[in-house]
Amino acid sequence: MKAKKILVKGVEAIALGALEANCKCYFGYPITPQNEIPEMMARELPKRGGVFLQAESELSAINMVLGACAVGVRAMTSSSSPGISLMCESFSYIAALELPAVVVNVMRGGPGLGGIEASQGDYFQAVKSPGHGDFHFMVLAPYNAQEAYELTAKAFELAEKYRNPVMILSDAILGQMKEPIILKNLKIKEYPKNDWALTGAKNRPSRIIRSLFLDSQELKKRNLKLKNKYKKMEKEILFEVSVENNEKAILVAFGSMARIVKEVYFILKNKGYPVGFFRPITLFPFPVKPIQKILHNAKNPLKFLVIELNCGQMVEDVKLAVNGKAEVISLFYPPSVIPFPEELERKIKKWIK
Amino acid sequence: MDKIAFKFPKSLKSTLFHYCPGCHHSIVHRLLCEVIDELEIQEKSVGIASIGCACFLYFYIDVDILEAPHGRACAAATGIKRAKPELIVFTYQGDGDFAAIGFNESFHSALRGEKITAIMINNTLYGMTGGQVSPTTVPYQKTTTTPEGKNPAYYGYPPKIAEIFSNLEGVAFSGRFAVNTPKRVLETKRALKKAFLAQIYNLGFGYIEILSSCPVNWKLDPIKANKKIDELINFYTLGVFKDKVENFLKKEKN
Repeated sequence: MKAKKILVKGVEAIALGALEANCKCYFGYPITPQNEIPEMMARELPKRGGVFLQAESELSAINMVLGACAVGVRAMTSSSSPGISLMCESFSYIAALELPAVVVNVMRGGPGLGGIEASQGDYFQAVKSPGHGDFHFMVLAPYNAQEAYELTAKAFELAEKYRNPVMILSDAILGQMKEPIILKNLKIKEYPKNDWALTGAKNRPSRIIRSLFLDSQELKKRNLKLKNKYKKMEKEILFEVSVENNEKAILVAFGSMARIVKEVYFILKNKGYPVGFFRPITLFPFPVKPIQKILHNAKNPLKFLVIELNCGQMVEDVKLAVNGKAEVISLFYPPSVIPFPEELERKIKKWIK
Repeated sequence: MDKIAFKFPKSLKSTLFHYCPGCHHSIVHRLLCEVIDELEIQEKSVGIASIGCACFLYFYIDVDILEAPHGRACAAATGIKRAKPELIVFTYQGDGDFAAIGFNESFHSALRGEKITAIMINNTLYGMTGGQVSPTTVPYQKTTTTPEGKNPAYYGYPPKIAEIFSNLEGVAFSGRFAVNTPKRVLETKRALKKAFLAQIYNLGFGYIEILSSCPVNWKLDPIKANKKIDELINFYTLGVFKDKVENFLKKEKN
């Protein structure tokens, strides 16, 4: 296929990524700022023999995804912060049932109804605990439309590879901004599902997909199985790094904030400030080893400045990775107003004098 | 050779039921298996076990079974049926699951006319958690959370789902049945079959509500609990409230 360049919104890039991955079912419920995803899926999926259905609530939508995944069909949903909260109960079930669902969160301001401007306020929810129990989603955080397109497509492959739900964590800026993307054949792999999916017990014993284990030994085994799976996922860790080992400070940011921070990084670098840049792309599993490598190779004592569109969430993971070997500072912007690069530059300079 | 009139259903697993003595789940399980066998759908059925006493459905019914979150069985069934329309999909839910926490999912699935079969076991309370009040608890009935009886002025009146669903265009079959007498058992089986045929013939949502005894939480012995169903019938009328299957079969014949 010849590469084709088109101009799209970030959320449309997500829908295009899902279509590229041959996603067959979309179930969702409207919420700003991600409505272009269901709208595009409503137009495109029926043409491709797929299913689009707008549910009566996010609760229902995520359980439709649960059902479709259980019978071995590629399915997804998308929502924004308050809608994602409603789905959390079923996220826990989907993780427990080991179903390869893909979920998109185009984050908006919170808490409560919050607002519809960009936010990274759902970092903890996505990465630490998107529901009750002891489980994780794999979380991918694109920072432009091209990455949103490619990571969404890849999410379907990863979800099947690990039989674990994958979340695309985007936000209102990334979602609503128009950018050019290059459409390409991403060669998304499809994993066989005939050894677990519920397709009718024909020529094989009947199957059960369940999450209730009243036998405590059995439940322990299930949880350890999940833990081992999360460990294996570390192979998939993605990040972007610009470090030459002579820095005094590393700027750490993800998603939309990483775009602003990257610009500030270039400005400071050009002015001769000893700064580096680090952007986690997989938020779970978190790029712990790459951060430790930066520390290991550093010629000077380092400071990690973690810049987020929340009151300080990812900073905790950076602290865990750094493990006391460097100073970690949170430069936080509460979900609401995004900083201009000049403002951020002034703020950062105070810490790297 | 003598004709075999009664045998162990093929789709019923050969194991012991965990249900309490006098509970009607086991009767309905058996009927469900007989219907699955007679319709020859064992190999293409996917059942949804939801939360409550019957969430262990998968230990008894020998078809592929998914365990859905509490109340979300009809939504999960929708996802399955839309993704793979060739499968025969049924939910097996209690009254708390279907008519309280899952009312929205149940109602909207019926509104959309999902080609699924929903079985609601109505024992008028939350059995597994110890007998708390449910939407289908009848007026003045005592439960652990209505120790003085369920006062309609405080809790309102129970939803008569089978009658409500009969008014929805998307519903192809709706009825309420009981299994406390042999005659009623046979009627229930016939209705259960129709609730599946509604799906098989692509006519719409198939709904069947079955009044079930819960001796332990009703604090009655199995025989008295079985008799109690006769009283419940005064409130929850038995019968078919909608049947598009019968008309369809008549047309097919002509």
